Amino acid sequence: MTAITTAAAGRAAGAGASTPRRRPVAWLGFVPFAAYTLVFMAVPTVLAVWSGLTTQSGAFTLANFAAFAQPGIQKAFVNSLLLSLAVAVASSVLGAILCVALLAARPDGFLRVVVDAASSVLAQFGGVMLAFAFIATIGSTGMFTLWAQHAFGFDINSLAPDKTAGPLLYQATGMFFPYLYFSIPLMVIVFMPAVEGLRPQWGEAVATLGGNRLQYWWHVGAPVLAPSFFGALILIFASAFSSFATAAALTNSGILIPVVMQQYLGSETDAAVAHIPGVLAIGMLVIMGVVMGLYALLQRRAARWQR
Amino acid sequence: MSGRMSRPVRVGATPGKAASGVILVIAGIAFLYPLYALAAFAFQPVGQHSGFTLDHLKALTDPVRAFQYQQLWEGIQNSLVIAVITVVLMLVFLLPAMILAELRFRSVRRVIEFVCLLPISIPTVVLAVGFVPVYQQVWHLTGAVAWVLAFAIGIITLPYAFRPIQANLSGVDVITLNEAARSLGAGWFQTVWHVIVPNLRRGMLSAGLLTVSVVLGEFTIASFLQQNTFQTGLALLEQADPYVASTFALAALLLVFLILVVFGAFGAGRRRSRKAA
Repeated sequence: MTAITTAAAGRAAGAGASTPRRRPVAWLGFVPFAAYTLVFMAVPTVLAVWSGLTTQSGAFTLANFAAFAQPGIQKAFVNSLLLSLAVAVASSVLGAILCVALLAARPDGFLRVVVDAASSVLAQFGGVMLAFAFIATIGSTGMFTLWAQHAFGFDINSLAPDKTAGPLLYQATGMFFPYLYFSIPLMVIVFMPAVEGLRPQWGEAVATLGGNRLQYWWHVGAPVLAPSFFGALILIFASAFSSFATAAALTNSGILIPVVMQQYLGSETDAAVAHIPGVLAIGMLVIMGVVMGLYALLQRRAARWQR
Repeated sequence: MSGRMSRPVRVGATPGKAASGVILVIAGIAFLYPLYALAAFAFQPVGQHSGFTLDHLKALTDPVRAFQYQQLWEGIQNSLVIAVITVVLMLVFLLPAMILAELRFRSVRRVIEFVCLLPISIPTVVLAVGFVPVYQQVWHLTGAVAWVLAFAIGIITLPYAFRPIQANLSGVDVITLNEAARSLGAGWFQTVWHVIVPNLRRGMLSAGLLTVSVVLGEFTIASFLQQNTFQTGLALLEQADPYVASTFALAALLLVFLILVVFGAFGAGRRRSRKAA
């Protein structure tokens, strides 16, 4: 109580101290941050979009959107969307199970410290290095590939939908596995706070009313966690959709949109395709805009239970 | 064990020890297996699928093959320089703005949060497409050197730097601290430097660690701007000498993991001691 009154008094005093004469000087403190984010975040985004909306001579045009009619680009968009969706669904379900299992561990115990650190490394640091790990695991002479052949006579590459495009790992389908490998840890990072936010009292209340654990999950756990769960699912979709490093380290062929963007950027001497990265950037931003709008809505619902 | 010692009936979300143990062990094996495969591959003799040799590491010091690894060493150096500069950028651009917003312009906090979390919604590849023309101008001024990438990479580290600092800020009553310091006669600089910043050490350290790990793992921007960093160097070396590339990948993963474990254990220990006190 005292702390609150002190804080309130301090706030009032602070407002009194900042006389109109000194205010503009204090505002200047935001200038470095504003200038930095303007030049290195706003300007590049606008330039990327602008390059998709202009002709070679700089005039406005919508003709560039014809790029979306190219079969290669359409295929890459479909691949990117399907892969991200599959990864998002699979890793949010598996990650959620993992989160609940982690509730059994002490919140400040060593296991949680290790899981937190490992999640952080795999979700935020991995990229290229995780691609190497999967080449060594399910690549054409990977450890699992050879073991499966040896033990069961099963060729993992027979799962590849396109038999002419080389090993499974270098196709969009095979990338499901490395993508899962950095998405499940992301789910643990994002979803764990929500699972930890389940109050023990709710469980006791259900038990007092004669409910069993299944009823607890059905009537309390699942409804409370649902907004956070779907929010996390969307976040994983967004992360997988815009991820570049793993795919680029595995293959040079443009099977996913981010890789296609780089290919066309590499060939900027060719005026005919110079605008294609910009057009694809617009496509990605539109999809991300829709997805993150949904995320913001779900977050608002999830916040209700996390006060 | 839990049946007799604690409550007889489990309620709420906490799973049974056996079930959660099985799940965690399966997950542990599934996540360690690819890393084990990577380690096994890194020390395999050329062309074989089993066995152990240290020959690949010896090649690292072989002057005849030095040219192969030249680019990787250079990339590691560049990445370390970029990491240091990015942390400095964070301290110079982000931290003052966050403190100022917390102390004086509390309505601006929402704006800073929005801006800092924006890079999650803008795919890095989209930013990278825009960075190409921006850096054509920047490189006119500086020459095509790698360290300038810190400005671009600093943007994608914003969400990682923002969250720990924000968590720390909201856990400390900076307004009261500020008023206390000011009423004792401290100027604003003294207040921020000697009172506010020392209270934010933990958030700053955590933000710095995450920033460094994101910078060292960054591939997209360096690749789009055709600069040589640790990750682009690794990706190139994977073609020439996949064994050494795998060794470096494994070592980097382990190193960052260990740093985070030590930092996390330190944090958990502090939380426990504070609860006990």
